[in-house]
Amino acid sequence: MLMAVGSLTVMGVALGGILGAAARFLAVEENPLEEELKAMLPGSQCGQCGYVGCGQAAAALAKGEAPVTLCPPGGRATAEALAKKLGVTADLSEHEEKGPEYAVVLEEFCIGCTRCIKECSVDAIMGANKLMHSVIADVCHGCGKCVVVCPTEAIEMRPVPLTLGTWHWAKPEAGHAVH
Amino acid sequence: MKLFPIRGGIHPDYRKEQSSERAIVALPLPALLYIPLQQHIGAPAEVLVSEGQAVKKGQMIARSTGAISAPQHAPTSGTVKAVTEIPAPHPSGLAQTTIVIEPDGRDEWAELPAAIADPFSADPQTIAERVAQSGIVGMGGAAFPSAVKLNLGSRFKLDTLLLNGAECEPYLTCDDRVMREHAGEIVDGARIMAHALGVPRVVIAIEDNKPQAIAAMTEAARAFAEIVVAGVPVQYPMGSERHLVQAITGRETPAKKLTADIGVVVHNVATARAVHHAVRFGRPLVARVVTVSGGAVREANNIEAPIGARVADLIAFCGGFASEPASLVNGGPMMGQPLPGLDVPVIKGMSGILALTAGETNTQPASPCIRCGTCVSICPCGLVPVEMAAFIRKDNFEAAARLGVMDCVSCGSCSWVCPSHIPLVHYFNYAKGMINAQERDRRKNEQTKVLAEAHTLRVEKAAEARRAMMAAKKAQAAAKTEEKANA
Amino acid sequence: MINAINKSGPFTHGASNVQKTMYTVLLALLPATAFNAYLFGWPALLLFVVTVGACVVIEAGCLILADQPMKAAFDGSAVLTGWLLAMSLPPWAPWWIGALGAVFAIALAKHTFGGLGQNMFNPAMVARVALLVSFPVVMTAWVLPHPLFSASAPGLGDALAITFGGQMPDSVSAASALGYVKTELSRGIPVTQSMAHVPDLMDMALGFRAGSMGETSAILILAGGLFLMARRIISWHTPLGVMGGLFLMGTLFHAIDPARYTDGMFHVMSGATFLGAFFIATDYVTSPVSKKGQLVFGAGVGVLTWVIRTYAGYPEGMAFAILLMNSLTPIIDQYTRPRAFGRTLKGEPLPLAGRDK
Repeated sequence: MLMAVGSLTVMGVALGGILGAAARFLAVEENPLEEELKAMLPGSQCGQCGYVGCGQAAAALAKGEAPVTLCPPGGRATAEALAKKLGVTADLSEHEEKGPEYAVVLEEFCIGCTRCIKECSVDAIMGANKLMHSVIADVCHGCGKCVVVCPTEAIEMRPVPLTLGTWHWAKPEAGHAVH
Repeated sequence: MKLFPIRGGIHPDYRKEQSSERAIVALPLPALLYIPLQQHIGAPAEVLVSEGQAVKKGQMIARSTGAISAPQHAPTSGTVKAVTEIPAPHPSGLAQTTIVIEPDGRDEWAELPAAIADPFSADPQTIAERVAQSGIVGMGGAAFPSAVKLNLGSRFKLDTLLLNGAECEPYLTCDDRVMREHAGEIVDGARIMAHALGVPRVVIAIEDNKPQAIAAMTEAARAFAEIVVAGVPVQYPMGSERHLVQAITGRETPAKKLTADIGVVVHNVATARAVHHAVRFGRPLVARVVTVSGGAVREANNIEAPIGARVADLIAFCGGFASEPASLVNGGPMMGQPLPGLDVPVIKGMSGILALTAGETNTQPASPCIRCGTCVSICPCGLVPVEMAAFIRKDNFEAAARLGVMDCVSCGSCSWVCPSHIPLVHYFNYAKGMINAQERDRRKNEQTKVLAEAHTLRVEKAAEARRAMMAAKKAQAAAKTEEKANA
Repeated sequence: MINAINKSGPFTHGASNVQKTMYTVLLALLPATAFNAYLFGWPALLLFVVTVGACVVIEAGCLILADQPMKAAFDGSAVLTGWLLAMSLPPWAPWWIGALGAVFAIALAKHTFGGLGQNMFNPAMVARVALLVSFPVVMTAWVLPHPLFSASAPGLGDALAITFGGQMPDSVSAASALGYVKTELSRGIPVTQSMAHVPDLMDMALGFRAGSMGETSAILILAGGLFLMARRIISWHTPLGVMGGLFLMGTLFHAIDPARYTDGMFHVMSGATFLGAFFIATDYVTSPVSKKGQLVFGAGVGVLTWVIRTYAGYPEGMAFAILLMNSLTPIIDQYTRPRAFGRTLKGEPLPLAGRDK
């Protein structure tokens, strides 16, 4: 018994030591993961994740400092792709609750200041000085940067509506003792 | 004619006798007609009329928008009462834009496009254009714009037009009745379509459980050597496009390809009749034959209903319900969709309205899978439903996709045979929806990325241009100062 | 009226259900069981009732523990497991063998894995093997048939003593044909000689020989199997694989060395070949789902049975062979998926032979 415990302990310590040493001396200096992760992010530099831009977010992800669900405009697809890349299980419950959104300009409040147009990183807002602005819904990816800069609070985020084209069957309700 | 076997399949209770001997009757004009803008696969149509406007029967009231789309026409003469949102005949029950017409009772035709005098010397493009303008979509249920499928001759080497009169779904008899009563119109439509496609051969496939339809069609096609009427075995899902092509030609459509890739274009028999009307008389698609059947309906019928009549109008015409239906289905019981209610309108792809009793649906709670393997034996697509469902249950869509869930045609055979009553097809529909949604998200993200990069580039360029301009101005100013100093 | 829509189609369903399937299998077993009850008399009947009863009671207990609906105890699966277990036991074994077997089968082999449909190994065979290795003497105490109402048949009183009192009459024990040949072989007597003392093939087919309830009367088992095929509960793939594998191995090696190896026909007719091939290897839960896989699985069972019977310590290897193949079921499933429509066996889309314009 003691022999077994002893030998296993020795083996554990030895192997652990080797792994530790390997991690130290064989570590890759530059993290190639960072570039790959950055490529998976939308690249709109919206800053909703709390980092300055997508590059910084990718760095944080690579270091494991940020959750894969950090990118709201990227939505479920991005979170899942990141989770797969990083080999972690994503808690997607938040994405389930809050679906994708898009920005809408409220006509009665818009003063045509063009601030939102300058802010939009995907050029989804049309309009000109002193003219009512409007958002191309298909292009908007819901980062919400325009909402912040609007001086008259004329922009609001709305959930992307479900259509006959995007609706699909929900998971079957599991009956009692199914499968 | 030599036929080829298809894999698997089932033999459900067909129950067609409830309505098969009922001749087609026209529905009396209801008080209001509701014409949704999206009755087809593709982009919704765009409204051309406004509230209060008078319309005539056959007048285009919404036009198609894009390559895959179809226009809508007024099913009768009357006034546009409203353009509003009402629930679609779709399991989601989501509202969609719908034109409401109040008939004036005169049923007066608008000025229609002229008949194409000799369609067989007409340019194929002209025929396809007429079909597109007439709002014709696949009437077997898929509702794919037919004109798109009539243009395939320019892209593919085609040899056969296959007219699908299999009607393998239980209960449904609308195609059966149309073939029996309007065989000549179908044959004429088929010949026009064959001409448009440039194919030398037309095969009209009808399941052997419709002998009268086979007889009528054979009789109508007698004069035309290029048309063959083929009785095909009664085996669900014989009417599935790819399987019917295999049964008739022995060719197997490769995954992710069209039947046109192997030389065959498939259209429904009722679609051929609609083409006949459009080409010979300039009449757009404004009505269709719907089978109303099921144990819960008082009197089963095959009703020629104007597009836009409410389901409730058809049920009322059949004497209402004999008992509270357990399920209300749009289409056949195997592949049909549940109806969200009775107030939804008849649309172009609606082949049947079934009010089924609990005894007919035989719905039972699911019990554990006993791995009997019957679903594997009968899957007409050669898939392994039991394994796919196990992955989907754990939301592992990637594994399910690897096993071929996207190849599933949702025929329902596996759910039908499952002794444990596991809703296999529901799992697959769920997985397909999720996979499609993920794909959409992925595309959107990619688009965002491209736009964001373009934006960054433009901003940088603008900044650089400004810098250059500033530098130039500075240089100019400096030069001026120097000049002044020199002077 | 708005339907609550939470279920996609189809809106019709075939007449099949789990319960019906299970009871059809029981019906198919009935003639063979009745005949064996006649052959081995009251003790066999008592053991049968105890085993099946214990299985149902334990199933119910497990369902209560797992907080699942009690309805599942009567879907016929527990009865079937008990029934098959009883048929694989020595007919005059004491009651506790049946009861303990039921614990092994239902509690251990089935419910620890998650209940119906989840078990990796055939519960009846797990129980039989567990009993065999734990109580080898009791589990190999075969008796010759003592048909009911015949002079040598034990009465109900004697039977109660045999089953519940553990009073096995010493004089009646006999070896099964497979066991006899094996023992003789180990004593250096070649197969060619020992075969003269085993019942002839006709008697073996009819069941007038020593063995468990399921080992005797191959003909009635075969009839039951054919009935199941006719009802499309099972297909011919597994039974053919088992019988074919066993017969081919037997015939081949018998041709090489008749003194060492018994012939293929003897293998097919003896032991639990028919019961195993038609009723146990065909168990849905623990065998592959595709027809191709079932053929592979059956052949594996046949070959392994022959190997165990010929080289291993036990005279009968069907149970071991089935359990071994059960463990291979997932991998067989993986490699025997059918070809999907429009795709090659590898899953690639079929090639298009230059049809584009």
